[in-house]
Amino acid sequence: MAATVKYDEVEVGQELPATDYPVRRLNLVMYAGASGDFNQIHWNERFAKTVGLPDVIAHGMFTMAQGGRFVTDWVGDPGAVLDYGVRFSSMVIVPDDDQGATITVSGVIEEKLEDKRVVVGLIAKSGDAHVLSKARAVVQLS
Amino acid sequence: MALNRDFVGRTYKSTTSYEVSRVKIKEFAAAIGDNNPIYRDRAAAQAAGHPDVVAPPTFPIVFSLQSGGEALADPELGLNYAMVVHGEQRFEYVRPIYPGDELVTSSTITEIRSAGRNELMTIRSDVTTVAGEPVCTTYNTIVERGGAG
Repeated sequence: MAATVKYDEVEVGQELPATDYPVRRLNLVMYAGASGDFNQIHWNERFAKTVGLPDVIAHGMFTMAQGGRFVTDWVGDPGAVLDYGVRFSSMVIVPDDDQGATITVSGVIEEKLEDKRVVVGLIAKSGDAHVLSKARAVVQLS
Repeated sequence: MALNRDFVGRTYKSTTSYEVSRVKIKEFAAAIGDNNPIYRDRAAAQAAGHPDVVAPPTFPIVFSLQSGGEALADPELGLNYAMVVHGEQRFEYVRPIYPGDELVTSSTITEIRSAGRNELMTIRSDVTTVAGEPVCTTYNTIVERGGAG
């Protein structure tokens, strides 16, 4: 594997700058098809409201994937992600307009482990809401 | 309605293997909006030290719940799928996933509990090749909103 980030060049507390990821209804329809999760709360506004949601919400896994993308873009190699876990703490509400929603992901190096591995803590927000909590990836650096 | 606690400890194995394809990896990467060539271009993946294109870290969600799905659909469990949202998810990798991998999953319900008005259920899925080589383990917690009420 070829991580482009070197273990010796990162420090605990180092911040990874925030990146914005747009979410529109089209993304959710594509994600439903690609993942096989066709729960109607992710694409049918009428249905979402009948089960008490404010509007269509993004798949939690779509949001988690954006956090994964943030980490793989940073480290340069998806194969370097050894462990990745999140808690879904708030919903990403996706209105049916040209703007949709935005997921903003940032990170911090929380810990340096043995064998050139690090723990990256992630923060993911949509508007003011933290949409992921306890989001951490263990990443193999070079 | 509370979920049936008798389901804790039950294990469900996939009856057919899931064969990973380049097309599916490309489709999944497109769906999450990730344009990284390592998901599409074999040469780019090989330049990064891989034998072929690589699956994104969250890709196992595509197949890892197939075996557990049988449990979720069992009326005896008492799950109202319309009220289900995702609570937690984790992927623990032994190695990356590549096209041509033929994967089987064994899913075990490890916990069912109440949290406020919600019911939470955790499923651990062990993913191996058909030859038995470990590839990854996933942990999935679903939340049935209002399920405990």
